[in-house]
Amino acid sequence: MEAPAPGFEFEQPIFELQLRIADLQKQEQTPELQDEVRKLRREEADLTKQIYGSLSPWETVKVSRHKDRPHTVDYLSLVFDDFVELHGDKFFGDDRAMRAGFAKLDQFKVLVVGHEKGRTYKEKSACYFGCAHPEGYRKAMAKMRMATKFKLPVICLIDTPGAYPGIGAEERGQAQVIAENMFEMSRLDTPILCVVIGEGGSGGALGIGVGDRVAMLEHSYYSVISPEGCAGILWKSHEYAERAATALKFTSSDLKRLGVVDDVIPEPLGGAHRDHHQTARRVKAHLIKSLRELLAIPNDERLAQRYEKFRRMGQFLDGNLAAQAGSTADESA
Amino acid sequence: MNKRQKRGVPEGLWQRCPGCHNSIYRKEAEKRLNVCPECDFHFYVSAAERIVQVLDEGTFEEWDGDLSPADPLNFEDKRKYRDKLLDEQKRTGMNDAAITGTGMIRARRVAFGVTDSSFFMGSMGSVVGERLARLAERATDQDLPLIIVSGSGGGARMHEGILSLMQMAKVSAALARYDEAGGLYISVLTNPTMGGVAASFASLGDVVFAEPKALIGFAGPRTIKATIKIELPKGFQTSEFLLEHGYIDRIVSRDKLKSEIARTIDYCGK
Repeated sequence: MEAPAPGFEFEQPIFELQLRIADLQKQEQTPELQDEVRKLRREEADLTKQIYGSLSPWETVKVSRHKDRPHTVDYLSLVFDDFVELHGDKFFGDDRAMRAGFAKLDQFKVLVVGHEKGRTYKEKSACYFGCAHPEGYRKAMAKMRMATKFKLPVICLIDTPGAYPGIGAEERGQAQVIAENMFEMSRLDTPILCVVIGEGGSGGALGIGVGDRVAMLEHSYYSVISPEGCAGILWKSHEYAERAATALKFTSSDLKRLGVVDDVIPEPLGGAHRDHHQTARRVKAHLIKSLRELLAIPNDERLAQRYEKFRRMGQFLDGNLAAQAGSTADESA
Repeated sequence: MNKRQKRGVPEGLWQRCPGCHNSIYRKEAEKRLNVCPECDFHFYVSAAERIVQVLDEGTFEEWDGDLSPADPLNFEDKRKYRDKLLDEQKRTGMNDAAITGTGMIRARRVAFGVTDSSFFMGSMGSVVGERLARLAERATDQDLPLIIVSGSGGGARMHEGILSLMQMAKVSAALARYDEAGGLYISVLTNPTMGGVAASFASLGDVVFAEPKALIGFAGPRTIKATIKIELPKGFQTSEFLLEHGYIDRIVSRDKLKSEIARTIDYCGK
């Protein structure tokens, strides 16, 4: 049995319960004591459910960045079989923040593209903590084009704080490649499924984020700007990140309500970082179900639906009429 | 923070040139389409002024001018987004940061859009996205060349959250359809064109022009400096830097813009 370790501040009550349980288990086991442990275990589960059922947006950001949260490489081994990595962009280099390759999803042959943040310090610095450079986006597009040629559906796993802000990235056209990826993904003639598995950081996320279906894991976030960045600009201090997180309305339930994501994939009790296998099973079930649905739609119609899906996004007033694009203004009011 | 004049508010007889820091006689600059007579720095021009400069006199007809911003997130930082919007609308006389419509350039009919970098930094929220998407769709239907002049220091507008980010995908998708139909899209970049605007429609032109010495890029210079903690090279993220690295076709002075657009339209048989 692993010793309980303190987690986030908001998990303190869970941690305290775990300590009590560990204490009891050290004592001589009597039937009464075992009953007590069982009772506390139930309490622990209820408490975890309660806390994770009502995370604040800022707490969600912390969970989405948890060091043990499953990354693209974890899904590659737990969801898919026989991953065959395809490396370069055939132009500049091999960006380790963006992975791509053939894989099998159940009986389906697919192409997977995904941001990778790295786990160890060495991995993290090799992939710039999941911030891709232009060569990463070019690689993703090159592989997606090839997938289209060979009629392979594309699966995009999104997990990035944002596209890398640096001199080389600007010199090699960061703005250009993100623009081109959205432009091309809107019309690639193959099914595209996107899942935000952790952080959906702005243009860096959207650079592999245009597809027929966009889903989010329950405790991930997807935002126009990081809460820290927003706080720095609008409140002139990063200390307001928590308030910015609330103002930006970027949690999975917000995005479902705003019509930006189609599905929210529930995470196991206490977050994806507590159970990679269970998380992977749910992601896999979602992918297979969605892919079956998409393959049943004729190509032209699927492309038209993809266009309409993004075309509808946004909310504005049309003259005096409160004509709202998107589906949801009245619900949010 | 030092006190800085709001963009787009002309005051006084003299103005300081941000390029060469000389004091410039305002009338002299205005005569030259708001270009510094000393160093050729291209000052801010409003969307309305840009229409006058680029389109044939009296030919502009606005499309979708009634669209105005909602506040889908009920956004509030130090102030309410809603209140800031009212102030910006009053100050600029615009509903939002883009004007779109049709007009003639040297007697060639075009679909024309321009963003104004003084309205919420020219950032793209739902209205800018919707107007540009409709513009691209009309240009497709009517087989018109499409010209978009961008100026945006803000990229995607934070106050409309994820919906602003999605405008990047929406406009890019509309431009992809226009492209498929064989349309000619000329993108003109002006100072500044950054973030989500640079990373969507502004970079997608068949032909991309930039005004001289404009700031153009994805990440803001301050963000980059804070990340990599070294001084940025001189001239980083300028039009000239982009030309050197192969991301724009031509640097075009403001007084030549109209004729360069007309010539490109002729070459592309539109």
